[in-house]
Parts: sequence; C-alpha cells; structure tokens
Amino acid sequence: MAVMTYLEAIRETLRQELRRDDRMIIYGEDVGVRGGVFRVTEGLQAEFGEDRVIDSPLAEAAIVGTAIGAAINGLRPVPEIEFADFIFPAINQIVQEAARIRYRSNGDFGVPLVIRAPFGGGVHGALYHSQSVEALFAHVPGLKVVIPGTPYDAKGLLASAIQDEDPVLYFEHKAAYRSLKGEVPDERYLIPIGKADVKRQGNDLSIITYGLMVSYAQRAAETLEKEGISVEILDLRSIRPLDGEAILETAKKTGKVLIVHEDNLTGGIGGEVSALIAEHALFYLDAPIVRLAGPDVPAMPYSPPLEHAFMVTPDKIAEASRNLAKF
Amino acid sequence: MTPEFQKDIYYHMALARAVDDRMWILNRQGRAPVVYSSNGHEAAQVGSAFALNRGEDWIVPYYRDLALVLAYGMTPREVMLHLLGKAEDPNSGGRQMPAHWGLHRLHIMTTGSVVATQDIHAAGLALASKVLKDGRVSVAYFGEGSTSQGEFHEALNFASVHKLPVIFFCENNGYAISVPARKQMAVMDVAARASGYGMPGVIVDGNDPLKVYEVTKLARERALAGDGPTLIEAKTYRFVPHSSDDDDRVYRSREEVAEWKKRDPLVTFEKYLLDNQILSSEELTAMQQKIKDAVNDATDYAEKAALPDPSTLGLYVYHQ
Ligand SMILES: Cc1ncc(C[n+]2csc(CCOP(=O)(O)OP(=O)(O)O)c2C)c(N)n1
Ligand SMILES: [Mg+2]
Repeated sequence: MAVMTYLEAIRETLRQELRRDDRMIIYGEDVGVRGGVFRVTEGLQAEFGEDRVIDSPLAEAAIVGTAIGAAINGLRPVPEIEFADFIFPAINQIVQEAARIRYRSNGDFGVPLVIRAPFGGGVHGALYHSQSVEALFAHVPGLKVVIPGTPYDAKGLLASAIQDEDPVLYFEHKAAYRSLKGEVPDERYLIPIGKADVKRQGNDLSIITYGLMVSYAQRAAETLEKEGISVEILDLRSIRPLDGEAILETAKKTGKVLIVHEDNLTGGIGGEVSALIAEHALFYLDAPIVRLAGPDVPAMPYSPPLEHAFMVTPDKIAEASRNLAKF
Repeated sequence: MTPEFQKDIYYHMALARAVDDRMWILNRQGRAPVVYSSNGHEAAQVGSAFALNRGEDWIVPYYRDLALVLAYGMTPREVMLHLLGKAEDPNSGGRQMPAHWGLHRLHIMTTGSVVATQDIHAAGLALASKVLKDGRVSVAYFGEGSTSQGEFHEALNFASVHKLPVIFFCENNGYAISVPARKQMAVMDVAARASGYGMPGVIVDGNDPLKVYEVTKLARERALAGDGPTLIEAKTYRFVPHSSDDDDRVYRSREEVAEWKKRDPLVTFEKYLLDNQILSSEELTAMQQKIKDAVNDATDYAEKAALPDPSTLGLYVYHQ
C-alpha cells in the first residue's frame, strides 16, 4: 500500500494493465515522448515501446475511430484525448459508432475501448481547457461514463474500465491530479462500474456528487460537522450507469438531498438523479431537492473573478447544505 | 518596397518580441498564469500581414499569432489587457485564455482553442466576400500539427471547389507541442497537400519577412482575381516552449534550438536592414526606445485596469 496522488494512481494502473495484457495499447497527442501534457503517461513509452504507447497525429476523430477498429480486431486500446474539451471532433465516432456498434450488429460486434480525458476547471484553463462534458455522453445508451473521486477509486475503476467489453469514457479532473492523495494498494483490484459509494455516513442530509466534488463535499462536511450538521456523501463514481438503488437509499435515509456537480445545471446529471428520487422516494423527502451546479453559460471564463464565480467550491457546498439542513 | 515599409515590418517584429518577452517575465513573476508565444514566428506573421489590406481583409489567427495581431493593428495595451484577463480586454473581456484573439474592429476573427476549426471559418468568410463582392480576402493561420484534423482538409476542399478568395497560411515550426512533424504526416511538406485539392501549395522561408510578404501578396492577387485559394507553408521554428506550462527539453535538443537560433528572424532582418543602410543605428536605437516605452505603458496600463465584475458572468450567452 502506498500513498499516491490521483494522477499517480492512474499512471500506475495503466502500467500494471500494460504489463498484464499485451493487447493493451495507449495512444494520443503527446502521450509518448512527452508523457502527456499532464505527465499521466510519463515513462510508459520508455517501458513498453513505441508500438504500445504511441504519439498519434493531432486528430481526435482518427484517434477514436482507429481505436474502434483496433478494438474490434483484438486489441485493448486506451486512447487519451488531451483535454475533454477536444473530444468533440471525435463525437461522431464515439456516439454514432462506438456506442451503437453492439446494438446495430445485434450483439455480433463489441467495442472494448477506454477513452481517458482530463476535464474540469479552476485551473486558469478558460473556455477550452475547463469543460465538463460528461452529461453529453451520459445521455447516450451504449456508453459508460466513469468519473473517479479518489486515488483508490481511480485505480479500481480504471482497471474495470479496461476489462470492460464496452466503450467507457473515463474522465479525470485536472484539479484532482496533484491535489488528491490517498492510499492505493499495490495489487490489482476491480471496482464495479455502476456501483456508487457512500464516502461519509450522516443523518441530516445527503450530498450526491462525483469526481473532484467528492473531496469538496468532504471538506464542506467537516465544516458542517462542527456546526452540528451531519452530512452523508454518496459518490456516484459512474454517471452511466447510475446506481439508482444507492441514490434512493441515501435519499430515504436522510430525507434531504443536495446534488452537486461542476457541469452546468440544465441537462446535467443532477436532473436525472432528482427525477429518480422524485419518482421513487418522494414521500421520504423532508425538503425539496436542491441542485448546486455550474451556471448555464457556455464554458468557464479565464479571468479569476469570473472563474471563481463559475466554480462550485467547498464554501458554496457548505452554504447550500446549511440552508437545506435548516429547511 | 520602400525603406519605410521595411522598417515598419521590422518595427512590428521587434515590438512583438518585446511584448512576448515581457509576457514571459510576468508569467515567471506569477502575474500572468499562462503565456503562448510568437517568439521565432515573427517574420512569417508580420511579413504576411503586410501583404494584406490590414484591418480590412479578414485574418483568422490562432494562439501563436501575437506578432500577426500586432501587425494588424491591435495595440500593446489591448494585448496586455487580454493577457491579464481584464474587463477592458477587447478580445474577450477577460473570458478567453491569453492568445485567443478576436477583434471585429480590425477584422480579426474571434477564435477558440480547438485547432483547425478556424480554417473552415476563413473559407466561410471568403464565401461571403465572393457573394458580396466586397473585395476582401480571408486568411486562416494555423500550425502544421493541426493539418492532421479533418476540418483542415474539408476547408481546403470547399474553398477550392468554390474558388473562394482565401489563403491558408501554415506556420510550420516542426512540432505540435512535443510531436515532431514526421509523426504528424508522411510527407515532407504541408504544401504537398494542396495538389490534392486543386490549388497551388507554396513553400516559403518563414524566417524571411520579405519572401513571406512576396508569396502572400501573390496569393492575395490570385484570390482577388477569382482564381481561388492558395496554401502557403512558412517553414519556421518556435524558440520557446509551446506555452508557459510546457518543458521543451523533453522532446527537442538544445543543439537543435541553438541551430535555429542562428537564423533568428529578428536578428537576421535587423542585420539586413543595417547592412543595406535601410535602417541606421540611430534609428534602431530610437525604435528600441519607442518599443520599450510602449511595452512599459501597456504593462502599467493593463495591471491597473479593473478585473471583470463577477456579476457579468451570465452576459452574452444570447443576443441582448
Ligand atoms: C482539436 C484539438 N486537439 C488538441 C488540442 C491541444 N493542442 C493545443 S496546441 C496543440 C499543438 C498544435 O500544434 P501546431 O498545429 O503545429 O501549432 P503550433 O503550436 O506548433 O504553432 C495541441 C495538440 C487542441 N487545441 N485542439
Ligand atoms: Mg507546429
């Protein structure tokens, strides 16, 4: 067991999986010699060679499209999209092809593919290096969308994603890379995709969230504990599939639900979570469901006051929780 | 070409280098979170800008194009306001990351970060010019790495089929962040792409502003004559890392950088102007002082300027 950053946990999992399975390859922009713009794949080309860790041309549609072909012909491609913001040139390949191939072939073909991409803001990334794009993909049946919130989960979820027979989008929050640290076992382990995790037990209200916001919610919960408010935190871990059971269980337990994400409010996963609760647990609720999310503007601006106004922070989570607890 | 014209080209190249140097200092001092640089590309950018009807023709730049936008009329103050994300930044009001240019007043098209999207916009601007017969040419600027994107190819094809008055101007510096051009394409020259789309592909020494000026001028005349687009490939080099977040020592040798530095466009053009008595050393000194003053003024002005008010976050999602 070692203490690792979120980034190291991802890198070590990639290394472990590359060692385990000769069919796995990694490719993308700058992932080889440079080790990725965030250094996630640092050292992997040196260890596994240029045939398995490949610097690709600057073309996301080609990266994902070739990965689909390679996956169908027997490899386990784990391509990287340099920033989630640049996944859009590949959307045709992801949504129209990867997501639909098993269904359209009546189960004859499958696409075991993991697309990794750093996402999220608060890092002076401005409009095109800060986006949360997960809800767009969560809308698409045939895809799985995984977003780890701790180094431990990053490892177990990535190993599961690589083992999965279907296309998985694996989003890594940039601000989590070096700021989140935690114990990560050396040996391989799998965390099932689609199982949420109670990260903190509490009684007064439930925060349902994922990704970086899990740690922000934890910070808020610590503050609130001193004020006598007991918060339960449910980490979704994947937003497709959604763990409906776990969502209903925590909603029923505390009767007050705050859903938090950095992705913008309208059409965000919070809407889906609250619909589930409204459909199946309405009469357990003691207060209206509250959503705290990024504002409905096209993307996160650069200038610090604007960026700060956009970001969901531990303070904003604490404030929303206080109001909900009072209800 | 008059001596004044050549001196003006030099002035804008030197101005760009000085603004650029200052931006890096601000970055290292923690006063500017991110810097993207035109350092090394000045001849390609300024030489081409001077072949256009500046402020009237459309340019569609990318993040590398500081020298280009300065040559096109953006002021050092406007650049520094943009760098520091100030409310008065005319490119985006502090919304965009530095080096994301756009200024309607000067016909500098607004641009995002997603490479190659701008190539198609240039074709579209030119489509309007063709229909409206407004006498404008549009020029898309982009790096060689971005020519791997489908949108680059779609833009060339569309523009050539419709003989649009557009120029595709590639600044080939040999790298896309860390990835060398040989891993980007299996041909030696981006210009070779042109023939597949039925347009001329021209290679030019991107460190020679006068040669760049000449080929751009010809391409502009061709566009205005209704003969369609030209793909220009200016071979050049960036002397600094991709951005202030990059470390280029990992992927290119110091010897290689030093070799290119011998052909620093600013140094060689200055020498040419002095050797040929186009520019006197007194004039050069005066020019350098003027540039220093402009950079200081811009920095002071921008640092004192106000940041955007958080209450403006929701403005301009739609027409208002
Ligand atoms: C579609 C897209 N994918 C990835 C990126 C990230 N990125 C920014 S610049 C760059 C390299 C571009 O290289 P090149 O086109 O040669 O321009 P240069 O920076 O060398 O001038 C990459 C990969 C991006 N901006 N857009
Ligand atoms: Mg380049």
